[in-house]
Amino acid sequence: MSSSHENHHPLSLSGEIQMDTGVPINKCYQCGKCSAGCALASEMDYPPSLAMRMLQTNEPLQYDKLLKSMTIWLCVSCEMCLTRCPMEIDIPTLMDYLRQKSLRAKKTNPQAKKIIAFHKSFLDSINYTGRLYEMGLIVDYKMRTGAMAQDVAVAPKMFVKGKLNPIPELIKGRKKVAAIFNRVHINKEGKQ
Amino acid sequence: MKIGLYPGCSMKGGSREYKESVEALAKVFDIELVEIPDWNCCGATAAHNLNRELSLSLPARIMALAEQEGITDILVPCAACYNRLTVTQHELAKDPSLCTKVASIIDLKYKGTTQILNILQFIDKFIADKLEAKVVKPFNYNAACYYGCLLVRPHAILNFDRVEDPQSMDNLVKKAGGTAVDWAFKTECCGAGMSVSRTDTVARLSGKIMKDAVDRTAEVVVVACPMCHSNLDMRRPEINKYLNEKIDIPVLYISQVLGLAVGIDAKTLGLNRHMTEVNLPEKPVKPAAVAEKPQKVVNTQKTEA
Repeated sequence: MSSSHENHHPLSLSGEIQMDTGVPINKCYQCGKCSAGCALASEMDYPPSLAMRMLQTNEPLQYDKLLKSMTIWLCVSCEMCLTRCPMEIDIPTLMDYLRQKSLRAKKTNPQAKKIIAFHKSFLDSINYTGRLYEMGLIVDYKMRTGAMAQDVAVAPKMFVKGKLNPIPELIKGRKKVAAIFNRVHINKEGKQ
Repeated sequence: MKIGLYPGCSMKGGSREYKESVEALAKVFDIELVEIPDWNCCGATAAHNLNRELSLSLPARIMALAEQEGITDILVPCAACYNRLTVTQHELAKDPSLCTKVASIIDLKYKGTTQILNILQFIDKFIADKLEAKVVKPFNYNAACYYGCLLVRPHAILNFDRVEDPQSMDNLVKKAGGTAVDWAFKTECCGAGMSVSRTDTVARLSGKIMKDAVDRTAEVVVVACPMCHSNLDMRRPEINKYLNEKIDIPVLYISQVLGLAVGIDAKTLGLNRHMTEVNLPEKPVKPAAVAEKPQKVVNTQKTEA
């Protein structure tokens, strides 16, 4: 965060985010179309238009609330908000940015544990095999969350329908894929 | 004719019937699909939620491998993969220093010259003109064409079809002899990748989609995305529990619909693999089946004028 009192060219919080993402936060005039179209707004603690207003305040306290919110993890990046925004403000990109800031600052909402666990298990699978191994993903996810009984009933039918591969497909270049993970600083436990 | 194919991970597992039907359909029209050698996962939602550089590097590696093979057009049937590849190409084209950085992360040359095609663009480009002549068994059903999010958004980057009321899949269904119903949930979100981590959310969002489809007299929902398919098909027990009613209409991929119309058998198209059984009743073919019929309007709500 910029220290606006000492800096000769102080950058506000929203200005800093704009520098990092290119998204002009101050263009939002609170029409509310993003929240009206958002499929997840009813489950969020702060709907997208309110999240925009919170960023506009430039208050560290409001920013912190967003980093700790469920909003950023409930957003499924369906892009409806951007589509309907009269100012074409890229809220999905802001959500990606806030999620990554929240992870790095270790401020993730405890209720988002399962959602984050799923993403980490997903990346783990790619890191190890080069592709998503669905059965491995589910087992890894269950280990992370303890949700052992979930979807046990549906698995046998999926297997019969040929939808579950018991053996992962390993690509030849998986060391090269693992090297990509290394270069973007994600280790094999999904930590950054 | 040779076209590159990026199947993506779902089509090798949970939605293998999508790959089977796309390949069967291509064969009928003498198109050879060549899988990009040693492709990796595109990273999907997980990558762009957790790490931006990773979310650009994984798709960039795929496109770089295709470039090495001299592939110019890549068919990406999964809407989510299509979105990630196209957005990556756009991001790297507008920021040369980011492009250089990503090329060094993937340790490959990347030019960004490949043409990325979603399933509907692929069919429009290579099949649509010849389709009607090959229809032997018109798909004589009311179909709700469901596009979901990632085929059409973000419009500024994908630049595909109408963003609120797309028509390309509707037109293909009509060419196959079906009726595309007018409905309100064409581009609403099904809950996407939350199928496992928030099943209740998926039941609610997908439930609304299925409810509107049957209210508008649809006998089948047609999709072009493995995630949409798995949410509307595999999560049907949860959807019906949420709606407190029993919706049993099947969800078919557009490639299966067209495949049936050109006479490919159900098993080759993988219809037996769906979790919600596909029991489409035999119907006498009406001479006017191909022509557009006036819709029975259940309610007048529309998303776009």
